[in-house]
Amino acid sequence: MSDVYIAGIDMIKFGRYPDKTPALLGAEAVLGALDDAGLTIKDVQTVYSGCVFNSMNGQKILQQVGAFGIPVTNLSNACATGATAVRDAWMAIRTGDYDVVLAVGVEQMTGMGMLGGPRASAIPTEGLMGSASMPATFAEAGMEYAAKYGATFENFASVAVKNHHHSTFNPKAMLQKETPLEMVMGAEMIAYPNTKFMCSINVDGAAAAILVSERKAKELGLGRAVRIRASALASDPWQERNPQMPDINSATRLSAQQAYEMSGIDPSDLDLVELHDCFATAELLHYENLQLCGEGEAVRLLEDGETTIGGRIPVNLSGGLLSKGHPIAATGIANLYEVCTHLRGEAGQRQQPSAKIGLAHVVGLGTCSAVHILEKA
Amino acid sequence: MTDTDLALPLPAMPFIKVEPNGVARLEFQKCTACSAFSLETNRIACGKCGARGSFVAHQPETTTGTLHSYSIVHRSFPGVAVPFVSAIVDMDNGPSLKGNLRGIAQDPESISLGMAVNVVLDDALNRKDDQGNSYVSHFFEPVAAK
Ligand SMILES: [Zn+2]
Repeated sequence: MSDVYIAGIDMIKFGRYPDKTPALLGAEAVLGALDDAGLTIKDVQTVYSGCVFNSMNGQKILQQVGAFGIPVTNLSNACATGATAVRDAWMAIRTGDYDVVLAVGVEQMTGMGMLGGPRASAIPTEGLMGSASMPATFAEAGMEYAAKYGATFENFASVAVKNHHHSTFNPKAMLQKETPLEMVMGAEMIAYPNTKFMCSINVDGAAAAILVSERKAKELGLGRAVRIRASALASDPWQERNPQMPDINSATRLSAQQAYEMSGIDPSDLDLVELHDCFATAELLHYENLQLCGEGEAVRLLEDGETTIGGRIPVNLSGGLLSKGHPIAATGIANLYEVCTHLRGEAGQRQQPSAKIGLAHVVGLGTCSAVHILEKA
Repeated sequence: MTDTDLALPLPAMPFIKVEPNGVARLEFQKCTACSAFSLETNRIACGKCGARGSFVAHQPETTTGTLHSYSIVHRSFPGVAVPFVSAIVDMDNGPSLKGNLRGIAQDPESISLGMAVNVVLDDALNRKDDQGNSYVSHFFEPVAAK
């Protein structure tokens, strides 16, 4: 099976683009990724296009940048949609069927309210049978962890302080603003313990990656290429509280374990991690789910500054979903973009020094998780 | 009394049964192969073990349980009254349920994870369907200290 490389990758600055269509947002990211790879749309042999709220977006993007009849697969996998598109592209190359594959994820969310899917009943269930909102769902995941290991509101808030701090070095983040602890804890309470600054933002965004076979990568030159050492996807196995209480941990644990086994890379080898901080309460859980520390050690890892810029294993140097914004289907590829940017030494002020190996993670509620491990070629 | 006075409330969830005398009770499905619970009545196979047609009705012997997790919800979907406490409860003789925790101050100082609660069935906050039918739903209440 062929090794697979990322030859080009790009994301648009996440934000509000009410005058643009999802196809146009996607087209910008695709052209950026093609330019980054030194290729044109005519070199692309097949497309995996992710979008949760619009259908057939892959074709609509090609209609903007060049449509030549190649196979297009449109897919939706909640917040793991973009990463799933990359994984499908990776598989298409590994089998030997393709040399150049485009993975793209787009979401237009301006004007959308709070996300979540209330339970089916003849009467409205929200506020009657608890809350199905995303902030409450992830607050409950955090409080489960708090019950087990004693994490506090302040610990969870500190995650937001860190990620918003990182965002001040990332011009592509929607929000680039310092949020001191008092500001985070004193902000509007959405669903305790998640305040407004502890919730990711609904934004418009697009990101795209050009994946190529080893043969093609060598032909293009390995200078800025990034090798995909592992691509893993898992779903939530049966668990007694699921789906009353969605299990965001098991799928991450399974996909991370798979990725470490596939690559032979140990968590201690990682130079940086971009993980799915859709809410501040989620990040601490994933430190342990991704084996960045032992069970019950996440608060210590955070408080010791190990996951902050300049630390041993910085997490979410991009500012994370909390500041960058979370355009559902684009997020997974944007996380890969951040890791690639560091591996290429092009991350400017937030550059993780001599980064060689990085991990990108997403969780899609419902539930799935994708983990990619990337290495500088 | 007229017939309409006798109209019984309808169950808001499939695991709630309303007897002809108006008394509501919990009834879950339990897999005979692996003992997994289900909140759905029309299952054809078990999500835990894969056994087919293995589910039988299970009426929990008690309505007690422990608070596994919660969130105090201050902002919800448009039109939903806040604040309320969204909670996950593990029943002692049944599955885990999600619902509102009531009868307790809505602040983190007052709510302890792992506290004992009762599952009670009551009117569904006066929420009615298009035909004006009333519903009965489940709620959690702290077990009074003895
Ligand atoms: Zn079973």
